[in-house]
Amino acid sequence: MIIHSIFFYIFSLIAIVSAIMVTVSRNTVHSVFFLILDFVSISCLFIMGGAEFLGMIMLIVYVGAVAVLFLFVVMMLNVTQQENEWFQSKKSKAKSSSHIPIGFLISTIIFFELIIVIGGWKLKPELSESFNLSVNNDLTNTHQIGYVLYTDYIHLFQISGMILLVSMIGAIVLTYRKKEGLKRQSYIKQISRDRSSGVEALEVEKNKGVSIDV
Amino acid sequence: MFDVGLGHYLTLGAIIFTIGIAGIFLNRKNIIVILMSIELILLAVNINLVAFSSFLNELTGQIFTLFILTVAAAEAAIGLAIIVVYFRNTGTIRVEEIDKLKG
Repeated sequence: MIIHSIFFYIFSLIAIVSAIMVTVSRNTVHSVFFLILDFVSISCLFIMGGAEFLGMIMLIVYVGAVAVLFLFVVMMLNVTQQENEWFQSKKSKAKSSSHIPIGFLISTIIFFELIIVIGGWKLKPELSESFNLSVNNDLTNTHQIGYVLYTDYIHLFQISGMILLVSMIGAIVLTYRKKEGLKRQSYIKQISRDRSSGVEALEVEKNKGVSIDV
Repeated sequence: MFDVGLGHYLTLGAIIFTIGIAGIFLNRKNIIVILMSIELILLAVNINLVAFSSFLNELTGQIFTLFILTVAAAEAAIGLAIIVVYFRNTGTIRVEEIDKLKG
C-alpha cells in the first residue's frame, strides 16, 4: 500500500510538472515532448488504478497518434523559431498585459471551486444498488470492457466510429489542395473521345518530321 | 496522508484541468499550444472518470473514457487540419496576429 502511494505521488508530480511545462515552455516542440511525458505518466496512473486497457489505449492513441500528429504539424509549419513572449508583446503592450492577471484570477478561482467541491462531496449511500456494471474480479479488465462495449454500448461504439470517419474525411477535405500543372487521368474525357477529334491525317513532307501538339 | 484515495485522484484531475484552463487564458504563442491545453483538459476529465470507476468498482466510467478518447483524437485531427489551412493562407498562427474576425 505504501509503495502504491509512493508511485502515485511520483507519477502525479511528473504529470503536474510536465503539464505546467506544456503551457510555459518557450519552444513548441518541447511543449509536445512534455505533453507526451504527461500522457505516459497519466497512463501509468491508470494502470495503477486497475484500468489496464485504458492505460494501454492511452499510450497507443495519445502517444502513438495524437502527439506524433502534433509533432508533425509543428515541424511542418516551422513555428519553432517564434519566440515565446509571456508577459510582453511587441505589437500591443497595453492590450496583452491587461488579460494576464484576469486569466490568473479566473484560473485560481476555478481551481479553488473544484477543490471545494472535492472536499465537501459525499457518495449517496444507496448509490451502489443502482450499479449495473459492477466489476467482476474473475475476468481481466479488457474482457469486462469488451463484454460491455459490444453489447450495452454498441450504438455509442458505432457512433464513435462514425465520428472518427467524419473527422478523417474532414481533415482530408480541409488540407487537400489541387495542384496546377499536374496531369491527371480523366475517365470522362477518355470515354467521350471520338474518331473525328482523336485522329487526324497529316501531310508529312519527305525528310522532315512533323510536330505534334497535344 | 500516505493513503491514496479517491480525493487524491480528483485533486490531480482538478490541478491538471486548471493548468489546461490557464494555458488557454495566458497563451502568447501559437494556436498549437491552445490545442495541447484542450488535450490536457480532456485528460483531466479522463482521470476523474477512471478514478471513480476504479474506486466504486463500476465499469461505466472506463467506457465513457474510451469515448472521450475517440472524440479527443477526432478533435485534434480536425483542429490541426484547420491550423495547417490557416497557416497556408496567412503565413502565421500566432495568437496575437489572428484577429480577422474582430473586424
